[in-house]
Amino acid sequence: MTNHWVDIKNADLVLIMGGNAAEAHPCGFKWVIEAKHHNKAKLVVVDPRFTRSAAMADYYAPIRAGSDIAFLAGVINYLIGNNKLQMEYVKNYTNAPFIVGEAYGFQDGLFTGYDEAKRSYNNASWGYELDEKGFAKVDPTLEHPRCVLQVMKRHYARYTPELVSRITGTPKDKFLKVCEMIATTSASNKAMTILYALGWTQHSQGSQMIRTAAIVQLLLGNIGIAGGGMNALRGHSNIQGLTDLGLLSNSLPGYLSLARESEQDLDTYYKTRALKPLRPNQMSYWQNYPKFFVSLQKAWWGAAATAENSWAFHYLPKIDKIYDVLQAFELMSQGKMNGYICQGFNPVGSFPNKKKIVDGLSKLKFLVIIDPLNTETAEFWKNYGEYNDVKSEDIQTTVFRFPSTCFAEEDGSLTNSGRWLQWHWKGAPPPGEARGDPEIIADIFNRIKTAYVKDGGAFPDPIVKLTWPYKIPHSPSAEELAMEYNGKALADVLAPPDPKDPKAPPKVLAKAGEQVSGFGLLRDDGSTACGCWIYAGAWTQAGNQMARRDNSDPWGIGQTLNWAWAWPANRRILYNAASSAPDGKPWDAKRKIVQWNGTAWGGADVPDIRPDANPGDADRVQPFIMTSEGVARLFAPTGMAEGPLPEHYEPFESPLANLMHPNNPKARANPAARVFKGDLESMGSAKDFPYVATSYRLTEHFHYWTKNVKTSAVLQPQQFVEIGEELAKAKGIANGEMVKVSSKRGFIKCVALVTKRIPQLDCDGRKIDTVGLPNHWGFVGVAKQGYLVNTLTPFVGDANTQTPEYKSFIVNIEKA
Amino acid sequence: MDMNRRQFFRVSGAGLAASTLVALGFSPTSALAETRHFKLARTTETRNTCPYCSVGCGIIMYSLGDRAKNVTADIIHIEGDPDHPVNRGTLCPKGAGLLDFVHSENRLKYPEIREPGSKEWKRVSWDDAMTRLTKLMKADRDANFVANNAAGQMVNRWTTTGMLCASASSNESGYITHKAMRSMGMLVFDNQARV
Repeated sequence: MTNHWVDIKNADLVLIMGGNAAEAHPCGFKWVIEAKHHNKAKLVVVDPRFTRSAAMADYYAPIRAGSDIAFLAGVINYLIGNNKLQMEYVKNYTNAPFIVGEAYGFQDGLFTGYDEAKRSYNNASWGYELDEKGFAKVDPTLEHPRCVLQVMKRHYARYTPELVSRITGTPKDKFLKVCEMIATTSASNKAMTILYALGWTQHSQGSQMIRTAAIVQLLLGNIGIAGGGMNALRGHSNIQGLTDLGLLSNSLPGYLSLARESEQDLDTYYKTRALKPLRPNQMSYWQNYPKFFVSLQKAWWGAAATAENSWAFHYLPKIDKIYDVLQAFELMSQGKMNGYICQGFNPVGSFPNKKKIVDGLSKLKFLVIIDPLNTETAEFWKNYGEYNDVKSEDIQTTVFRFPSTCFAEEDGSLTNSGRWLQWHWKGAPPPGEARGDPEIIADIFNRIKTAYVKDGGAFPDPIVKLTWPYKIPHSPSAEELAMEYNGKALADVLAPPDPKDPKAPPKVLAKAGEQVSGFGLLRDDGSTACGCWIYAGAWTQAGNQMARRDNSDPWGIGQTLNWAWAWPANRRILYNAASSAPDGKPWDAKRKIVQWNGTAWGGADVPDIRPDANPGDADRVQPFIMTSEGVARLFAPTGMAEGPLPEHYEPFESPLANLMHPNNPKARANPAARVFKGDLESMGSAKDFPYVATSYRLTEHFHYWTKNVKTSAVLQPQQFVEIGEELAKAKGIANGEMVKVSSKRGFIKCVALVTKRIPQLDCDGRKIDTVGLPNHWGFVGVAKQGYLVNTLTPFVGDANTQTPEYKSFIVNIEKA
Repeated sequence: MDMNRRQFFRVSGAGLAASTLVALGFSPTSALAETRHFKLARTTETRNTCPYCSVGCGIIMYSLGDRAKNVTADIIHIEGDPDHPVNRGTLCPKGAGLLDFVHSENRLKYPEIREPGSKEWKRVSWDDAMTRLTKLMKADRDANFVANNAAGQMVNRWTTTGMLCASASSNESGYITHKAMRSMGMLVFDNQARV
């Protein structure tokens, strides 16, 4: 979330799309109700299903699963066409005036630079036109035909309300009503918040769905303000934390990234990461990348990371490609992997095309399960009849199953979707011989390290030289680990010389051995160590900031700055300097966050800008300090796999052609999405599988986890699918009857729940029905056994993140 | 006189003492009507965070035992933390049922191994299981570690063993997992944020 849960109460309009907060985040959704009751806010819900969020909405519009970009692109067209932009914001705080280079183009659904054989783009032609100093050229009048606003205007003019309605199935009047409501927040004293979750991420074009919505928010001036923002509600309790800590194939802690194999030295590695400003005086904060990277290397390899060995740069692996989960199971199915460890993760339940997952695991030499509970993955080799029809004797995988503690049995912190790191305490010992995750990992690591010290082997250095300063080496404590990721001074950290008195002795900001107070103290000369730069400040010399429990809200707008600790720098609303107009005064006196007081920035939050950056300066420091432009990107010259502007593509499995590009088969589905050989063949056609399917969670369950929990099992004991009345009638299916739902990859059988809540849609003159698939059942647990829904889902992911397309695919349904 | 039901019966067993008490004007009626003490009043409170979704609701766990060395704590009740700025004491149906997660009959208690081709689990000691596993891991890394790619560039990667990490585990657990596994050159490495 750019903002946080309590801040939702400050909104004038709440748009829930690509999520269902009332059912998936019930205790956070109360802030939507708070906004309705106490701020007279309106709630708009756009969803294929009339969810319980929709039931609380002031306005609901149905949409076909997977067509969200078309809908939002239509909103952009409406806003530009009807002059409903927060123009001062757009002009000053976005790249609307930036001039795009002449080489950029878009035709027949493809941007310039497409390589069909590689299914990828070379983005060289998407850049800005630069001046002789290397700065991007801008046109403050916004009239240059190649300035971003004009390029966007042309790009989105194609998304007329008629065409949007034909693609999305949203009736035109409902679409326009939503546009109208959204447009009211272009006023500088109105805010809209957008709440989304996996309903946007789990598509082959999920990242661009989110970007389209972010563009809408920027055009309306709704980013960086109270009650605004792009708010990813997210999934698991610490999904934010594990993302922050970089536990992803190509990541390092704090959104640093592993080097590609072509980047063989530090200079090359920094070049595309420590970006220089594209406009004069901009902070381009990633310029500090070397400070964060060197401090990480010092935290991990201590004295073994030196200037001479480029801070142990080669101790880290270099990537040739991303080894995401789909790639991992593709390699497994090709027999190219031998071992796999699942820590609190149930891939047989959670990954698409269950058959491919089980086949992959069956080819491993060894599989390790670390979990507090039994899972389908732990027992993938066991025959559970139709639910898991395998022959144990043919599966030669050795499976280790290790019991771990649960939340109640450990100390530590979790980062919620509002970026708050909240400390928790152990209340009881774990059952039996269960151990904490750090203890299990330490045991594995220490044994392997001992073996490398004793016997040697392949490149032992990064293992045997890894810092391991924990008082009990086989059981590092949560406190020690938190202090390590916060970071400390290895030598005295000195302030830079004072320009007013350059000869004065420099101030000592932190003495050697002290915890650093924030990432501003990190250095690239090896004098600081920090395991995760964005978490610097979580455990300072003053102690554990994550354990703070002062819930006072002195400004009355939900800014509890002394409750727990938020990254970065305890800042609660990102880009908050944009809450003030270019003169440094708040856009809206009733919606103050941070403002310029004549000498410094301050207010109800930690300012997201250099504290002394005077807005009166020529070429003032702009509020989007992480971009090299200093402003937000409506048009993204880099960073997105499938183009600088979002474009509608159909889901890989869809009953419809892409109406935006009916004559170009290359632009039917995301042209830049990776598809493995064999997986395209396992995609169905609309002839055999005519219905749109989408999978989701229920309030009473959490994924495949709570079927082990009696209360949840009692509340929702049995698997079901939801279908609309029209489909039920057409197929002769009565409420409560057993049905079989199949895709090209397999089938499930369960009870049909016939409901008005899944409306039939009219898309381009065709009736489109949707089958709703709640996720929570499997062959292990205390609830009734059921079929894993991911038996049905396709093995393809978003082109940027590789998040699988669980939210829109096609199935058939018949009486069982 | 503050006396609960059980104490009253104990006292009345003394016969004479009881009648004396009655004679002195202490009627047993009120004592009989008094409910027993609220169980949670004698428990230990521990602050924690709900492990399910990413709202991060504050919870209070109530356990038997006072943290003394000779007592094993046992969590008997979990409820929303009213001080928490987001959930203000509320919990959803999942959070309200957390106690049944802690005490689920499907909690794993001992290390186990399923041998190739077998249809069952076998209980093993941590030490035996870890010895076996780490031998397998080291053998795989030594056999398949790629120090240089075909172009001769230094890549130092290990892609034949991978790991999925738990996004319901703590930051501290995530941090040490990342540090330890990346030091081995592991690239097949992800968590639920990917899905």
